[in-house]
Amino acid sequence: MPVVGVNRDKLFEALGQKYTEEEFEELCFEYGIELDDVTSEKEMLRKELATRTTGAADLGAASEEVIYKIDIPANRYDMLCLEGIARSLNIFRQRETPPLYRLADMAGKQIVRMTVKPETALVRPFVVCAVLRGIDFDSVRYNSFIDLQDKLHQNLCRQRTLVAVGTHDLAKIRAPFTYEALPPEDIRFVPLKQTREFNARELLQHYLANDQKLKKFVPIIQNSLVYPAIYDADRTLLSLPPVINGAHSAISLDTRDVFIECTATDLTKAKIVLNTVVAMFSQYCSTPFEIEPVEVVDALGDTQVYPQLDTRQMDVAVPYINSCIGLDLQADKIAQLLSKMQLSAAAAPDGSSVVVQVPITRSDVLHACDVMEDVAIAYGYNNLVKTVPSTVTAGKELPLNQMCELLRGECAMAGFTEVLTWALCSHAENFSKLRQQDDGTTAACIGNPATAEFEVCRTSLLPGALKTLAANKDIPLPVKLFEVSDVILLSSQKGCGAENRRRLVAVLCDRAASFEVIHGLLNRVMEVLQVPYAADPDPTLQRQRQLLGGGYDWRADDDSPAFFPGRHASVYFRDRRVGEFGIVHPEVLEAFDLNNTVAALELDLEPFCFDQLGRPMETQIL
Amino acid sequence: MAALQLETDLLAQVGAGQLADSAEFAKAHNVDHQAVVGLLKSLVMADMVVMEAIEHSRLTVTPAGQLYVGVAAPEVQVFNAVPAEGITLADLKTQLGVAGDVGFKQAMQNKWVGIDKSGGEPKVVRKVESVQDTVLPILNALAAGQEGSINEAELMALMRRKLVAKEAWKTWKVSKGPCFALQRKKAATELTTDMLQSGAWRDTTFKPYNFDALGLPPSGGHLHPLLKVRTQFRKIFTQMGFEEMPTNNYVESSFWNFDALFQPQQHPARDAHDTFFLTKPAATPASNFPADYLERVKQTHQHGGFGSIGYGYDWKVAEAEKNLLRTHTTAVSSRMLYRLAQEGFHPAKYFSIDRVFRNEAIDRTHLAEFHQIEGVVCDYGLTLSDLIGTLQQFFDRLGLKKLRFKPAFNPYTEPSMEIFSYSEQLEKWIEVGNSGMFRPEMLRPMGLPEGVNVIAWGLGLERPTMILYQVDNIRDLFGHKVSLSMVRKNAICRLGL
Repeated sequence: MPVVGVNRDKLFEALGQKYTEEEFEELCFEYGIELDDVTSEKEMLRKELATRTTGAADLGAASEEVIYKIDIPANRYDMLCLEGIARSLNIFRQRETPPLYRLADMAGKQIVRMTVKPETALVRPFVVCAVLRGIDFDSVRYNSFIDLQDKLHQNLCRQRTLVAVGTHDLAKIRAPFTYEALPPEDIRFVPLKQTREFNARELLQHYLANDQKLKKFVPIIQNSLVYPAIYDADRTLLSLPPVINGAHSAISLDTRDVFIECTATDLTKAKIVLNTVVAMFSQYCSTPFEIEPVEVVDALGDTQVYPQLDTRQMDVAVPYINSCIGLDLQADKIAQLLSKMQLSAAAAPDGSSVVVQVPITRSDVLHACDVMEDVAIAYGYNNLVKTVPSTVTAGKELPLNQMCELLRGECAMAGFTEVLTWALCSHAENFSKLRQQDDGTTAACIGNPATAEFEVCRTSLLPGALKTLAANKDIPLPVKLFEVSDVILLSSQKGCGAENRRRLVAVLCDRAASFEVIHGLLNRVMEVLQVPYAADPDPTLQRQRQLLGGGYDWRADDDSPAFFPGRHASVYFRDRRVGEFGIVHPEVLEAFDLNNTVAALELDLEPFCFDQLGRPMETQIL
Repeated sequence: MAALQLETDLLAQVGAGQLADSAEFAKAHNVDHQAVVGLLKSLVMADMVVMEAIEHSRLTVTPAGQLYVGVAAPEVQVFNAVPAEGITLADLKTQLGVAGDVGFKQAMQNKWVGIDKSGGEPKVVRKVESVQDTVLPILNALAAGQEGSINEAELMALMRRKLVAKEAWKTWKVSKGPCFALQRKKAATELTTDMLQSGAWRDTTFKPYNFDALGLPPSGGHLHPLLKVRTQFRKIFTQMGFEEMPTNNYVESSFWNFDALFQPQQHPARDAHDTFFLTKPAATPASNFPADYLERVKQTHQHGGFGSIGYGYDWKVAEAEKNLLRTHTTAVSSRMLYRLAQEGFHPAKYFSIDRVFRNEAIDRTHLAEFHQIEGVVCDYGLTLSDLIGTLQQFFDRLGLKKLRFKPAFNPYTEPSMEIFSYSEQLEKWIEVGNSGMFRPEMLRPMGLPEGVNVIAWGLGLERPTMILYQVDNIRDLFGHKVSLSMVRKNAICRLGL
């Protein structure tokens, strides 16, 4: 969720009211934004300095004016600046009516034109533009203008990959403009904040090496054969999108006419970005909310005029709104509520629907459900009467989970304490520390872990249990632990290529290895699962064996390198291997930093998911 | 003498009112006095006798002093050993041993001898003609047990020289106690099977029990705190008529995790910074997705439909094929809702509690995997008021009765509400979950009929558990660094009572 920092006193000035912090929080809560933090420039600088080891403190110059950090919902791009927050809240509080954004009448005037060259299709095909005339900046407004572009770049523009905004002092450049794509060596200019000329290739190299902020945008175009560039009629470079503007056309506090260009790989988002910027800052134009259009001539010669400020009309049925919220409102009441949310609306003559005008600032409205939500917000979520749906259904647990719930209790009753470990682990924990080779056919691998220890999905529960023992060496011996959880195995049976398998692991850590105790747990688990020992001569068990299609047994073998030779057995159910137990190999113990012996059991539980009549129940459902 | 006989004799003598001094009793019975004292103490514990101390003291010759008894004081021995011409100190010590060393110092102090350095090598020489041994008679007398008339000053001097010491001891005068009897009844510690069988429990005295001590901890295993809470949530859901969803599929395609939920492909959650993408198995081939449904999802993202204008971007199937570790159990909900639409819609209530994965750095409050609790209700004509009412029912069961709802944004629900509750425990409003109605752009492409609404909510399992059990570091609760002693001491979970 984006966080926007605004000057509290300026915000209250714009809201026409001073609030206590609690009152303001209450207003935010009702509208669906959140006061995240209260700070000041000085405070932020102090925190920054505290985390830095070098750098002299220059706190004296920093402002002590209170800054509200406000959490904005990710789809409300129109609230990423003070102007937008104040406007939304003022309209919500019915202090203002939504402004009517309109294009300047260009009759008898020269419209600014931008011509798009076909080569731009190779790298960044779209551009949309607008002009704000007679804008009246002061330092607060100017900073807000810059901050809004930053916030848009971070969020909707996805770090400038989808859209990048450039703003220019129109007095310093001369229309018409061209949007071109040229070999980097052919683009030469003095970039913003530089004094010498660079060509585009060396400039990007320079940013990669020297500029923490700009270097992350370099890869967006670096490997392209041609780089995008915007020129004016005199071949003065306006910008090298999406990285940097030229120094020549830079705006300042004195700029009166601002030329805005948004280059993009996504035209829909470019229009939203342009509309957001002009909707917010046209309020400071000599004619407020009037925006001068720009003609964009695309590579095929077709002309579009931007910005496109038309509202979108939606007819939303009143019964739909009422039936979704659980209200019984008349159309005119709904229209009245919607006006608090910047949606101008009117009841249809027959009262069956509301005709809604969705303004450019509400690009989040895609469907009638978005209108319905705004009615609910304006009505107040907390004013709704609680009802309980009459839906009648039967509660039911998933058989595999229900069986595991019961089995967990049995394991605890058998003296083992339950642990719960992570499904993600390091490659070494899953393989080399268990003396296993990775043949590449078992473990799902993670491509981009933020934490180095999460490289693979575990294929065994044993590492987690051993790690838990190692982390709890202060507990008196013997320590007996168990876990019932899922491992993840590569599987050609599943469309996605991997499946979970429910397993039981149990470990016994003591000064002397005890095969019998872990063996005894296996026998006990099978007893409560009603799975008879295959070789048990007791005739009463014969029937159960027939029902299940066989019993279980264990066979000594040395096929698991994680276990001590001669102290390992595999478990079979209906002659299929379902698990193993034995004494953990000393080298495994050493790898997991354990000083005492460990006996372990690991068992696949899914074959044992059957009902009381022994009928198998599905465990792999999706 | 057998201990029992000694006790009988002792009790007989006390019973006759005649045990004036325990030492005499010991002497008479030819046993060590300490044995008698031990016996007496155990009788005192049983309140059978009372003891009264008799203080004694006497002077004795120490082991160091014993060396000179019947011989001569060491300083006298030194004086006698010094010939007229003198003797070297070394020779003197060789001749007299320990007495030479001790005696020389004392003789010097008495000025009986001196050191003469005139002849080159220093020699010990006599300084007086003759000396009198005043020490020997005292040592001899004390060794013979006669304290009589010893000069107090000389005695003190010998005590300082550690040749004589004062020894103090106690003996006891013994008389009847409140529970006196001629025979002691032995108190038993515990009632035993033997006593039951023989009937001896009727006549047995039992030792008083120490009621102030804790009992022995029982052996046995313990369930994990987080899963105890999970069990209660499962009960609450099933009691409310919810059916559990199969969530045992951590590896999921982006299609079911995101696209099916109308989450656009450029959404930040789909960024590698937030989600674990897999290199193996890297993708789910699109052929595994129902072809017609895939097409409807694509169209809805790109151009809208079902009353929506869509996102207006170029939807890519390759993006949908990318495998990941599911970021929410809603991925399973989307599969279940699609399945419900295919089976022929009927009203349904689903729940799940299982793991989800986020590619985040781990700290006190964040793990890369955690448990999500999710509830979903699907029926014709469900309303936002129904959602609020259902949430009230659910959170009532958790003891969180005061709720309020904040508008929020979520790509696949509209309306969306964050759920806040007033925590009596923390005495403040806390966010306890998220909720909303699934968007038509998600439901209609699945084939769910017009008029069917789906309300859903989700919350984490870890956070309520941490609040409940006052755990302030999530790693103490989930993962291998769990504190086993915490698991052992953990109380039952009363959620839902």
